[in-house]
Amino acid sequence: MISKTLGKIYIALIMIFLYAPIGVLIVLSFNDSRSRVVWGGFTLDWYTSLLNNSTIMKALGTTFGLALSSALIASVLGVLGAIGIYSMRQKGYKLMLFATNIPMINADIVTGIALLLWFVRFLPLGFTSVLLAHVTFNIPYVILCVLPKLKDMDIYQYEAALDLGAKESYAFIHILLPQILPGVLSGFLMAVTMSMDDFVITYFTKGAGVNTLSTLIYGQIRKGIKPEIYV
Amino acid sequence: MAKELIRFENISKSFEGTTVLKDLNLSIHENEFVTLLGPSGCGKTTTLRLLGGFETPDTGRIIFDGEDITALPPNKRQLNTVFQKYALFTHMSVADNIAFGLKIKGADKSLIRDKIAYSLKLVGLEGFENRSPASLSGGQQQRIAIARAIVNEPKVLLLDEPLGALDLKLRQGMQYELIRLKEELGITFVYVTHDQEEALTMSDTVVVMNQGIIQQIGTPEDIYNEPQNAFVADFIGESNLLDGIMVRDCLVNLGGLDFPCVDTGFGENTPVDVVIRPEDVELDASGIGQTSGTVTSIVFKGVHWEILVESKIGINFLVQTTEHYPLGSSVGISVDPYNIQIMHKPSSEDERVFDQDETVSGENYEP
Repeated sequence: MISKTLGKIYIALIMIFLYAPIGVLIVLSFNDSRSRVVWGGFTLDWYTSLLNNSTIMKALGTTFGLALSSALIASVLGVLGAIGIYSMRQKGYKLMLFATNIPMINADIVTGIALLLWFVRFLPLGFTSVLLAHVTFNIPYVILCVLPKLKDMDIYQYEAALDLGAKESYAFIHILLPQILPGVLSGFLMAVTMSMDDFVITYFTKGAGVNTLSTLIYGQIRKGIKPEIYV
Repeated sequence: MAKELIRFENISKSFEGTTVLKDLNLSIHENEFVTLLGPSGCGKTTTLRLLGGFETPDTGRIIFDGEDITALPPNKRQLNTVFQKYALFTHMSVADNIAFGLKIKGADKSLIRDKIAYSLKLVGLEGFENRSPASLSGGQQQRIAIARAIVNEPKVLLLDEPLGALDLKLRQGMQYELIRLKEELGITFVYVTHDQEEALTMSDTVVVMNQGIIQQIGTPEDIYNEPQNAFVADFIGESNLLDGIMVRDCLVNLGGLDFPCVDTGFGENTPVDVVIRPEDVELDASGIGQTSGTVTSIVFKGVHWEILVESKIGINFLVQTTEHYPLGSSVGISVDPYNIQIMHKPSSEDERVFDQDETVSGENYEP
C-alpha cells in the first residue's frame, strides 16, 4: 500500500517536473501583466500583439518554411540514400550505416561549427546555408525511418514489376514507393520536428537578418522577454 | 525436336569470388517443359535469374529466338517469371496485380477486364478480382502469381520453386495444374526445383545440376533409369550406390562376387560406380539367389516395405518390395543384369560430390 502511494507520488513528481514549466508558459501567455510573478488578470492581448509583431511572425514563417523545405529535401535524398545503402553488400552496408549515424550522435555544436567553417568558405551565410545545414542533419532521420521498411518489403516485388515490363522509374513509383511511404512520412515528420527544434546549428549557420523562433528568442532574452514569446 | 528457343552459350557467373556457374551450355526448345534440378546452391536459380535478366553473366551469351539478349533488361524480355515467394504487389487488389503488365503495355480497359477474367478462370479463381493478396491462402497466391505472369502471353514462363511453400497435398495438385496449364497455353516452361519428384512428374526434359555444372540432361525416364554419374543416381530417387570393378564387358564385380550386367565399353578391371535401384533387388525367402543375406531392418512405407539386407559379400542392400520378410530371416539376393547401371568414376574433384561410404541414400536431401 505504501509502496503504491510512493509510486504515485513519484509519478506525480515526474509529471510536475516535465509539464510545470510548459504549464507556467501557457498561463503566462494569458497574463495581463508584464511581470512574470504577478497575475494581472486574463487577457488575449499578447496573442493579438504577436500577430502584429512582424519580427516574430517573420521568424515563425522562417521556422516553418525552413522545417518543411529542409524535411522535404531530406526525404528525397534520404529515400535515395536508404535504397542505396539497402542494396549494398554486407561490408559497405555497416560502414554506411555507421557514417549515417555520426551526425545524429555528434554534438550539435560540433556539427554547427563544422558547417559554419564549411559555409564561410563557399557560401554566403543566409537562408540557403541554414537550409543546407538542416538538410544535412535531417537526412539520417529519414534514412533510419525508411531502411526498416525496405527490409520488411519483399524486394522481389520490384523485380516482378520489371519482369512484367515496367521501367525502373515506373516500378519505383508504383511498387516501391507506396510500400515504404509510411517510413518516408514518419521520417519527414521527424525531420520537421528536428528542424523546428534545432537551435545550435541554426545559430551557427544563420547569417545576419535570418532568424528562426529559437534564435529570435535567444536574441530577446538579453533584452528581456516579452509575453508575446510565451504565446 | 521442336525449334530451339533459348540457348545458353558458355555462361559463367560468380558472386564475390564464389563461382556459381561454370561454362554452362544449354538449349531449350519451343513448347518444352524444362526443369533445372539440383540441391541448394547448385546454380539453378542463378541460371533462371540470368534468363529473366536480373543478373548478367560474367562470360558467355544468352540467345533468345535467334537474338542475343545477354544485355537486355528484364522489362524488354518476352518472358515472365513466377517468383519463389510469389512477389504479389501487396498494396494492390488481385485484379490490379494481374493488370499490371497490361496497363504498362497500354492495353484498353475492356481488353484488360476480359483478360483478367480469362486468366483467373484459367487458374481456377473466378470472382477473386477485388480480393487483396494478403487475404488469400498460399496456394491461391501462387495461382494469382501465375495468372499475373501468363496474362502477358510470354513465350516462356520461368518458375522459381513455385510450389516450395505449399503443403504436400496442394503441391501434388498444383503439379497437375501446371502440366494442364502448359498444354493449354502451348508455351515453354522453365522450372526450377530441388524436389526430384516434382521434376520427374512434370518435365519433358530434366537438367540435373550440381556446383554450377550440368550433370545430366535427359527425359525423366533417362535420368531415373540411366544416371550418368553417381551424383545423379544419388540425387534422383533412392538407390544403392556401390563401388565395383568392371571385370570385362557385361560382367561387374561387387564385393568379390561377379554379377552379369549389360554395359560394355568400360575396359577390363576398371573401377566403376554401380547403381542398383531398391525396387530392382529381388529377395527370395528360401535363400536362392546370386548371394544371400540377413534382414536387419524392415519398415512399412505404404505401397511397399523398405528392407535393409546385410549380404554375405559385405554390401548392405536397400530393398523395396511388396512382400514381407521377418526381421533376422535369411534371404536370397539377386539382381537382373538389365537393372545394374554402371557409371564412370568421377574424373575430377568437382564431380566428386557424394560420400563413397554411403550405400543407402537418396531422398535424404532437405533444403
